[in-house]
Amino acid sequence: MMTEETLTKTVAEQSFFSGLRDDQIEQLVAVATEIMVPAGKPVFEEGGFADSAYVIIAGRVALELDISHRAHHIVQTLHEGEVLGWGWLFPPYRWSFSALALDETRLIRFDAEQLRATHEGDCELGYEMMKRFARVMTSRLAATRLQLVDFYGNTH
Amino acid sequence: METLTEPVVIDQMTPTPFRVRSAREELSHTFTLELEPPNGDFVFKPGQFVMIYAFGIGEVPISISSSPAREATILLTIRRTGAVTHALGRLKPGDFVGIRGPYGTPWPMEEAEGRDLLIIGGGIGLAPLRPAIYHAMENRDKYERVIVLYGTRTPDDILFQAQLERFSARTDVTSLVTVDAADRGWRGSVGVVTRLIGRVGFEPANTTAMVCGPEIMMTVTAERLMEGHSMAPENIYVTMERNMKCGIGVCGHCQFGPKFICTDGAVFPYTEVGELFDIKGV
Repeated sequence: MMTEETLTKTVAEQSFFSGLRDDQIEQLVAVATEIMVPAGKPVFEEGGFADSAYVIIAGRVALELDISHRAHHIVQTLHEGEVLGWGWLFPPYRWSFSALALDETRLIRFDAEQLRATHEGDCELGYEMMKRFARVMTSRLAATRLQLVDFYGNTH
Repeated sequence: METLTEPVVIDQMTPTPFRVRSAREELSHTFTLELEPPNGDFVFKPGQFVMIYAFGIGEVPISISSSPAREATILLTIRRTGAVTHALGRLKPGDFVGIRGPYGTPWPMEEAEGRDLLIIGGGIGLAPLRPAIYHAMENRDKYERVIVLYGTRTPDDILFQAQLERFSARTDVTSLVTVDAADRGWRGSVGVVTRLIGRVGFEPANTTAMVCGPEIMMTVTAERLMEGHSMAPENIYVTMERNMKCGIGVCGHCQFGPKFICTDGAVFPYTEVGELFDIKGV
């Protein structure tokens, strides 16, 4: 398990948090812990209560959609440095996808309730974080749209 | 009195019979023909194409997908999309096709020497890039980083899969593959190919990018390289595809704005065609 000092350094090194002031990083670290998820195990499950936000430090995570209660359809793979999940941002705080660790995966987990309270209590930090999450969501939405069109030509 | 005869054009319009040495199914709708030139010699540059004639059916332009150093035969990787390509897909070893060419501009392999090579393919667009990859492998000391990024629809649609795996096993090449959709059995990446760009290290100011795929894929990739990585458009090359007839800049069938794909391309610097992508009907 990381010391608080190491955790602070790790959070500050993530590109998602780059440019934040030390005091803002400290507020985030105050609600953060490091977790390890073995390969093949879920980080969270579709429909479950979204009580955490995550940033991947090492490893890969597949976002999956349960399309038939039998088959799991991978919609995106996330890698180190990427934010995982935003179901915790808005009620009813449910995950829209499952997240499965493809490798042994190290993540920083932020307690969602405390993180929302931090954002409410420090509107400057809260607004900055919302902009960053919005940028990630926009980017992922654009990527998903490209996956929906015939991006590589009519292979079938 | 002036003669209207143009002997050079007539020669260029006459196909040479090439014998089919082998025919191999690559994917469900894609196959590769191995063709023997009649005199055993055929010189081309990576990125060039030939006009291949299925006798009695018609002629289509196909990029060469083999190594330029492989002189005894050439490989053409073809997707079945119409009457000609379906006819070509029925050929057996010993059959003949007509070949004209090679035609068109090549990938800028010499200009890229001493630089990072970023090769990005989508779908069957990997085929015209493969000679460039072979060339880079065979002349590895002439280039800095060599990076191959490939995206396709599903794991079943991965072209040249065994070769991509061999590339990724090399320590002097970075090779990443992603698909649009997969089930849980797939251990690789899922997402559009542009998402791979941020995962590889290269020096944007000293990189030559070669991109091949459908126009939307090339446009999005070029924009990502320019906006996300500050690459200069003149260092990004794309290859265009249009229906062709003559292949030698005479008929105008492949006109793309002010360009003829067959003679001005098919490989273009993005500076020459980028704006044309945005014009409807071009």
